[in-house]
Amino acid sequence: MIWTVTQALLNGLITTFEIFIFTLALALPFGLILAFGAMSRVKILRYFVQVLVWIIRGTPLMLQLIVMFYGPGMLGLNIWSGDEAGRIAATVVAFSINYACYFSVIFKGGIEGVPAGQREAGEVLGMTKSQIFFRVTLLQMVKRVVPPMSNEIITLVKDTALARTIAAYELTFAGYSFMKSAGLVWPLFYTGVFYLAFVGVLTLLFGYFEKKLSYFR
Amino acid sequence: MAILEANHIEKHFGSTKVLKDVSLSLEEGNALAIIGSSGSGKTTLLRCLNFLEIPNAGTISVKGETLFDASLSAKEWEKDIRKKRLHFGMVFQSFNLFPQYTALENVTLAEKLLAEEKPDFKKNKKEIFHAIEEHGKELLRQMGLESRMGHYPHQLSGGQQQRVAIARALALQPDILCFDEPTSALDPELTGEVLKVIRGLADRKTTMIIVTHEMAFARDVADRIIFMDDGVIVEQGDARQVIDNPVEERTKQFLARYTQG
Ligand SMILES: Nc1ncnc2c1ncn2[C@@H]1O[C@H](COP(=O)(O)OP(=O)(O)O)[C@@H](O)[C@H]1O
Ligand SMILES: [Mg+2]
Repeated sequence: MIWTVTQALLNGLITTFEIFIFTLALALPFGLILAFGAMSRVKILRYFVQVLVWIIRGTPLMLQLIVMFYGPGMLGLNIWSGDEAGRIAATVVAFSINYACYFSVIFKGGIEGVPAGQREAGEVLGMTKSQIFFRVTLLQMVKRVVPPMSNEIITLVKDTALARTIAAYELTFAGYSFMKSAGLVWPLFYTGVFYLAFVGVLTLLFGYFEKKLSYFR
Repeated sequence: MAILEANHIEKHFGSTKVLKDVSLSLEEGNALAIIGSSGSGKTTLLRCLNFLEIPNAGTISVKGETLFDASLSAKEWEKDIRKKRLHFGMVFQSFNLFPQYTALENVTLAEKLLAEEKPDFKKNKKEIFHAIEEHGKELLRQMGLESRMGHYPHQLSGGQQQRVAIARALALQPDILCFDEPTSALDPELTGEVLKVIRGLADRKTTMIIVTHEMAFARDVADRIIFMDDGVIVEQGDARQVIDNPVEERTKQFLARYTQG
């Protein structure tokens, strides 16, 4: 039995992993764009980002996921196919928008946190804008951003469980299905081991990055 | 002929006029000290000279070449702005060293980046970088930091950091070196080592503008002193003259606050 359960859970873990990776791949660049939008000189752009961040941070992610999955169909736009791939796609899009907003706030803080004096010191030394960005400010931003980003990314691992709401067959759903089909509770408990291993690997990775960047302040 | 001529400089931030028709000139090899209470526009003046702020009016020329003229369009004078900036060096009150680089890397970074733009760079990269590093080490030795070259800024005391910043500003051999209150962010026991280094530069006839609150130092080291108040130059003259026998009432009041302690 344990082997059957393990196999089923590993299957779910693959979906969990897919949601995680695709969300990150989209939310990181989108978050950076939103951060630039929030700091833009164009007022409308700044307001747009402010309103978006307010909506996304002000409502539950589960609600956003449901709206993303059922909303288009109610408007007659069937963009999500009814199969597993469609559910995963809807999840990734909803998660990406949500996480991009949280990331944008972190990125903005990281960019604005580098003192103006750093840029000015580069300018008076005759550096170009791109030299100042790549040689002076970028690494300082990365250093500022790594700790809050690791928090968010670890939260993302656990948020993938919400995909069960629209019946995407991820890890928690895989565990839960044994409760319905066989009346077993322990497979659901057992999923915790997989989440802990996943988060454990990430924690080691982020610890490594932070250590790499600890040679300066 | 003066190496630096700044004429009728004005700077506004919104409706506040921070510099009102400021003119100054500086002879090659001379040190000019600028004194005045906080908020009088000293920092803004240095920032205008380094093009960190753009004056609303006036002209700036170095060695007879007009670097800035407010009557020209931004496009016209911004041409070669990077090259124009290199006439000036700047030492900031808060050092502004790059934290991710060692003392030596801080000193050599800009010189290396400039060298990369030279046509013969690819061919002689090794020799060029070697020469730049030797130059950087020599500057740090002059600052008394031979044993600190591989240290990161956070591993150095404030006084050591400011000396690295001075070496960094000297590395590109600016015509005029500007100091904005170089010792104001330091603990009192560390100001001496920085002032000593600046004194050494003056002895070697480095052309300098020093904004400072160290009156005794200004009197000793500077050739001339400018006293600023509320965005205008109230009094200027021979350093000892201004400190010992100020003419203007406002200068007397300002100096009285310092001598009373
Ligand atoms: N970026 C700025 N925006 C608005 N006001 C400024 C700015 N920079 C300086 N000021 C104002 O200009 C005045 C002169 O400042 P500053 O040049 O720093 O004086 P000092 O260096 O003599 O203390 C102050 O009243 C200050 O508040
Ligand atoms: Mg100042």
